[in-house]
Amino acid sequence: MTAAGNPALTAAARPSGGRRLSLSWIGAVPFFAYVALFLLLPTAIIVVGSFLATDGSFTLANFADINKPYIIKAFTNSLIVSSVSAIVGAVAGAVLAYAVVTGNPDGTLRRLVTSASGVLAQFGGVALALALIATLGAEGFVTQLIQLVLHINIASGTWLFDPSGIILVYLYFQIPLMVLVFLPALDGLRPQWREATESLGGNTWHYWRYVAGPLLAPSFLGCTLLLFANAFSAYATVAALLTQGGVYITLEIQNLLTSETEQTQPGLAQALALTMIVIVVIVTVLYTVLQRRTSKWLR
Amino acid sequence: MSENRPARAGVEVRLEDLSRRYAGVTALNGLNLTIAPGELVALLGPSGCGKTTALRLVAGLEEADGGRVVFGGNDVTGLPANKRDVGMVFQAYSLFPHMTALQNVEFGLQLRHKSPAERRQRAGEVLELVGLSAHSYKYASQMSGGQQQRVALARALAIQPTVLLLDEPLSALDAKVRSRLRDEIRRVQLEVGITTLFVTHDQEEALAIADRVGVMNKGRLEQLGPPTEIYSRPTTSFVAEFVGLTNRMAGMVKGGEVDVRGARLPLVRADSADGPAIALVRPETVSLAPETDATPGPLVGSVIATSFLGATSRVTVDLGDETVLAQMTTADASKLPPGTRVRLVLRPDAVLIARDESTAAEA
Amino acid sequence: MQRSRRRNLLIFRWVVLVVVGLFFIAPLVAMFEFSTRGNAINAPRTLDGWTQVAQTPGLIKGIIVSLELAVITPLAMLVLLLPTMVWVRLRLPRLKRIVEFICLLPLTVPAIALVVGLKPIYVWIEINISPETQVLAFAYLILVLPYSYRTLDAGLGAIDLQTLSEAARSLGAGWATVMLRVVVPNMRSAILNASLLTVALVLGEYTIANLLNFQNLQVEVEYVSLTNSNTSTAVALGSLVFAFALLLLLSFVGRARGHPTRAEEILPSSASSAGIWGQRV
Repeated sequence: MTAAGNPALTAAARPSGGRRLSLSWIGAVPFFAYVALFLLLPTAIIVVGSFLATDGSFTLANFADINKPYIIKAFTNSLIVSSVSAIVGAVAGAVLAYAVVTGNPDGTLRRLVTSASGVLAQFGGVALALALIATLGAEGFVTQLIQLVLHINIASGTWLFDPSGIILVYLYFQIPLMVLVFLPALDGLRPQWREATESLGGNTWHYWRYVAGPLLAPSFLGCTLLLFANAFSAYATVAALLTQGGVYITLEIQNLLTSETEQTQPGLAQALALTMIVIVVIVTVLYTVLQRRTSKWLR
Repeated sequence: MSENRPARAGVEVRLEDLSRRYAGVTALNGLNLTIAPGELVALLGPSGCGKTTALRLVAGLEEADGGRVVFGGNDVTGLPANKRDVGMVFQAYSLFPHMTALQNVEFGLQLRHKSPAERRQRAGEVLELVGLSAHSYKYASQMSGGQQQRVALARALAIQPTVLLLDEPLSALDAKVRSRLRDEIRRVQLEVGITTLFVTHDQEEALAIADRVGVMNKGRLEQLGPPTEIYSRPTTSFVAEFVGLTNRMAGMVKGGEVDVRGARLPLVRADSADGPAIALVRPETVSLAPETDATPGPLVGSVIATSFLGATSRVTVDLGDETVLAQMTTADASKLPPGTRVRLVLRPDAVLIARDESTAAEA
Repeated sequence: MQRSRRRNLLIFRWVVLVVVGLFFIAPLVAMFEFSTRGNAINAPRTLDGWTQVAQTPGLIKGIIVSLELAVITPLAMLVLLLPTMVWVRLRLPRLKRIVEFICLLPLTVPAIALVVGLKPIYVWIEINISPETQVLAFAYLILVLPYSYRTLDAGLGAIDLQTLSEAARSLGAGWATVMLRVVVPNMRSAILNASLLTVALVLGEYTIANLLNFQNLQVEVEYVSLTNSNTSTAVALGSLVFAFALLLLLSFVGRARGHPTRAEEILPSSASSAGIWGQRV
């Protein structure tokens, strides 16, 4: 489309209504407007609000408030529960994924586990809480079973609602998530690598130590990070399990949004939200970097 | 080629009555083969004939259901792959992607606890041998298919194994690279003097580089011998048709000869029973003479097409009820453009015959 | 493979699968058992927990509202997303990366964090548009963006959009016709996929509904669980089974068209999972 040379010709060649490009972008407006209103605006509100004091002036006090002991405790609890459930879930999920991938790739077992993982990874929140209460709560099925068989009362305390109980609860969606995101990496392991190692004199241990281990490590690490972000962001499950709030950072945010302290400290909720977002963004970026390395080797 | 083989210290490899069954199918049915020290034997056959199974049994990657594998007098049948001291080159994708070429080659040495200096030196030697010293620090993804296979070869040879096993190493490569690389492999094998078993479905490859070729079909070894023998004196119709091109011409067996359209050809098996049969005639034994006489005859036909193959050409002749291929120099073929009436002259070499039921159509 | 190694592997697999199987089936069995308990010790099993769902007005309302949202949201998603994606592919290819980036953004914003910023906006919406629960659809649309985008993008990539639309336009079709009669029929499986997963997300959503003070299904279930555990457990089990049935249906639809059921089918890209699960659990 060279304009030089014959202006009259090119003018006639243009469709009526001016240059094509300038009207086309209108088609994208609804989408961008919507996203701006319901995603970018809330995020902006969070970002701006965390730096605002009640009188509207700029302040870093909200972030300073994060130093308060109860908030530090909530963060610590969240970080611990997220890390532990991520690591345990990653290991257990990897082992399960390996058990599945060594079978028939088109077989029923694989299809069943993949579908079930898809469902269970979404199995969060209220349904999960009720399921675990029904299982391990004071009157739970397994609780009573253990009482009957081993004569031990495991529900004498409130174990299910302690961090260790929460970790167990989280495993119910962490493990399926791990299976889903780690299977592709396992699929990428070629049988020739195993056989080449054997023919060169290596045994199973050598294979895992020098070949499969290093190849899978970035993906495993990345998936663990993913599980961490997942658990860290979890709200519904703990909200349904713990009737008193505040023990985890997500519950703390709930507290701030629903109690009167909101009126005196709106910025704190936003500061916490912003901190959460930053943490999750960092983790997601790390995950993406690790995935790129993996996909180069395990296409 | 075998006359040029230097006398080096290789090890004799013996396969005694090897069998393997999978899920009711007999993949290998009693294979007997002795590979002389330093010899390169090629196992040739269509897919499913058992050649890869045989190789993997020698490697120890699978367990035999019957028979023995012996390296230089030692029975290794019960040993797993990692204790057999074999060097194996796979069809594709066998380089470890997270290691450089050098690290790949050093890997076997590392498993044998060689010192870093020793490893570096030995790896450097073999990479030099395959001509890839300049690529030592590259990763598999940065190399072409041919280069990757050469690194795989270096990696297998670095550990100085007892026997070298190659599982269709050229099948995944481009045609041009294939012919160059197969000569490379042969050169290296001769230089090192290692006993080698080479599996392929490409008969050109097998005939070009092997000391002896074993043609396999449905789990059995049909014929074993030097390439020239396999080609010009096939002992079964399967071998005749799998190796090289063959014309199948209707004929009648009588008294130790087969009458093919009036030409009488001696038989490989002089005791064959009389009766109708199909004679397997090689194109290069068919010569064509221009036919000026207008009278038709059983051996007279017209040229349909000519395939130019470089120094030689293949001419397709229509005899009315049959089509025959004749192979000759391009100069001769150019004198017979399509449409020329020609008379076939069949060289009186001994031919194999097939009865209709006994020769299955081979892909 | 050596026989001993094969045997070891088999033992390993069986052990793992049995242990994991028990681990995951136990709560499901427990939920069923729990929801069918009688009122007193040694009281007989009863389906009261299930039948009482009909007598709990809050629950009924929650179910209805969530089902309505489960219809509104996928429709809104398709109306917003599909034309935009088609338009970008055909006319604004340079914007494709930006659109993709935006659609994946919600993954990095946990629902619990997002709701903090949504609160003021929803205050305005409740005053000026409607206080009904159905306005949750606005927020849900954002939540489903990543997943829907990936699925629809894969579907669009599989058809030659450029050629088809040019052919239709040259025959005189307007844009609406192109969308409805050319694009949509060729993307049935991707559209169904995206819609079903939107439905699954909507039915299971708790975080945003709760913190914006709306009563959807999950919020009602949680509320009821404080007083009547049989019924709430019954509904929880029911919603779980329903979601499972949906995804199973999805895998059959996918397979009918010759797709392999690999992990990526249920979860198109590993990168998209973080926020999805973070937002829903």
